[in-house]
Amino acid sequence: MALLEVNDLHTQFFTRDGTVKAVDGVTFEIAAGETLGLVGESGCGKSVTALSLMRLIPMPPGKIVKGSVVFDGQDVTKMDDDDVRQIRGNNIAMIFQDPMTSLNPVLTISRQISEALELHLKMDRGESRKRTIELLELVGIPSAAKRLDDYPHQFSGGMRQRVMIAMALSCNPKLILADEPTTALDVTIQAQILDLLKNLAREFRTAFILITHDLGVVAGMTQRIHVMYGGKIVEKADTGELFANPKMPYTWGLLRSIPRLDERRKGKLLPIEGLPPDLIAPPPGCRFEPRCQYRHEICREKPPELLPIPNAKPDHEARCWGTQAGGWLVDIDWRRDIGDTKQLEEIKQEVATLPPEAIRAATADVPPPPAAQR
Amino acid sequence: MTTTTAMPTSQRRAAELNVITRKQRSLWGDALHRLRRNKAAMFGVVMIAIAAVLAIFAPMIAPYDPIQQHTADSLADPFFSNSQYSNPAYPLGSDQLGRDILSRLIWSSRVSMVVGFVPTALIFIVGITVGMLSGFHGGRVDNLLMRFTDIIYAFPDLLFLIIIMANLRNTPAGDLMGGLVLMFVAIAIVNWVGLARLVRGQVLSLKEKEFIEAARAVGVKPGRIMAKHLFPNALAPVIVSMAFAIPSAILAEATLSFIGIGIKPPTPTWGVMINEGFVVFSATPWPVILPALCISIVMLSFTFVGDGLRDALDPRMKI
Repeated sequence: MALLEVNDLHTQFFTRDGTVKAVDGVTFEIAAGETLGLVGESGCGKSVTALSLMRLIPMPPGKIVKGSVVFDGQDVTKMDDDDVRQIRGNNIAMIFQDPMTSLNPVLTISRQISEALELHLKMDRGESRKRTIELLELVGIPSAAKRLDDYPHQFSGGMRQRVMIAMALSCNPKLILADEPTTALDVTIQAQILDLLKNLAREFRTAFILITHDLGVVAGMTQRIHVMYGGKIVEKADTGELFANPKMPYTWGLLRSIPRLDERRKGKLLPIEGLPPDLIAPPPGCRFEPRCQYRHEICREKPPELLPIPNAKPDHEARCWGTQAGGWLVDIDWRRDIGDTKQLEEIKQEVATLPPEAIRAATADVPPPPAAQR
Repeated sequence: MTTTTAMPTSQRRAAELNVITRKQRSLWGDALHRLRRNKAAMFGVVMIAIAAVLAIFAPMIAPYDPIQQHTADSLADPFFSNSQYSNPAYPLGSDQLGRDILSRLIWSSRVSMVVGFVPTALIFIVGITVGMLSGFHGGRVDNLLMRFTDIIYAFPDLLFLIIIMANLRNTPAGDLMGGLVLMFVAIAIVNWVGLARLVRGQVLSLKEKEFIEAARAVGVKPGRIMAKHLFPNALAPVIVSMAFAIPSAILAEATLSFIGIGIKPPTPTWGVMINEGFVVFSATPWPVILPALCISIVMLSFTFVGDGLRDALDPRMKI
């Protein structure tokens, strides 16, 4: 049985401008000890998915309107608040994106880490202090015993992220959600933190969901990858398969836009043209259709389902009309065929004529602030 | 040679390894350090300490009983006035009933200190509770509490105080501890609203911070989030506002006593002394000037400390 089964999850934000369908029918599962990557650009619903798993969506304006999150046989969406709090930190832990703001500036490191220990494992001060030192050593903080009573401002960004990881590990959770754990760090520290996470996941057999917009980060870390776009999962595959044989044009776009060391061509990096969809009024057909240079008429009309792909591994699925049996993208070599350049020009044209406010609104990283509710 | 080479090897090695060898310093320790370097604030602290000592040990320090009348020696001038009416037995003179002004000033500091601190404690409790609940829960709770706060806020402070004091002064409640209890409550009722709003604003912005979300993600209960995570973060501006609430409470007491509806005579307070001295102002100004000077010095001291605290706790804040 899977550790976590997410079934048809819908999370929406009810704002003044309309209902934002931030997560729109996400289904996936993760087994104990497995690492899963959730990839997609800003605003595609990755973080909201993660927050929904722990019921941390701010309500109002947010709400899980449909679907279930079954963790260890229990549906998180139907629990009462006390039971959810029992799970948070204890069974599911979270590592946040920005270590600079995720630690309480007025509490010492030891107070913050031992909070979960005292809460869930009912340790007393002395025990939790001892355990905190162990945890800090585990995540590679030098002279941990001396730094225990330091405040967050005395730590560097990478060290703080290690503290956050120590916090997440404190109660030996079965699942850790890492929401862009390396985005706020510089590249060398990123590598260290990723190494640390990888080793810890192996050592403790903790399941990991790694959320990122950087395909390079998940490449070496995860067993499977789910690509999200516009609140939906658009491609599921195991990591090797996804990089070797990606099927969804959006995934191609992501892969084309990251630099590769082993690139033979002297070709340019190709950005994905256009803007991410407005999740208040998403496109009626495929969510990616307005930006897709491989689109056909049907893409505009009907939303595709997430289905297995004829000439790929059996657990490789994509949400694309072109990759379904008999589709026009099944046998295409995505590295050579960059699609219909005329449509590419059209997309560029469309964006160029948009008013600047629309572009700003669409590329804003954050969902509408809660203040917008009234 | 450089100092580095002069250092013992182990120590240098430690420095190289970035092992913390310097003294631990907390946020509050830092603030205290900044406060200590602020001369005006330290002047304020010293003055307040003196006033506090005078208040606590008034019976031992004051040369006379403050309400004992020496009718033969009424209206003596202070020794520094070079007046023919100065009397060495009363260094700061006496009032029209022959009561020693120095003793009365010393005893008055008791009332001022108590009136400064007790209502402030009440304000602290009520303001923080209301502000926290309102900001944290939001929605209907927030609306209800804040509209109530707005109503009190809209009322002119002094008018409110006068109405309460004038009406309840002669009831049994007004007689408790010579009117002090009523004064405490009245000042607290008028002044908690500002703090409640301040705390609410702080909580509103703090509760969206990531570390609060991180605390939630660990499974911390809302009550504990408020007490352990929100409250200490909101404390700095609260302390500053408290430091300013104390002098305003002292001033309110003096004002009310001056217009005759504050603390009941014969309990000496600076306000009462000004009120009584006013009657003989044309004969001699000292019974008015001396207590007024005391009020000014104490007010100024608290304001200096408040300013110092603000600078120390939030060096970025500019007002």
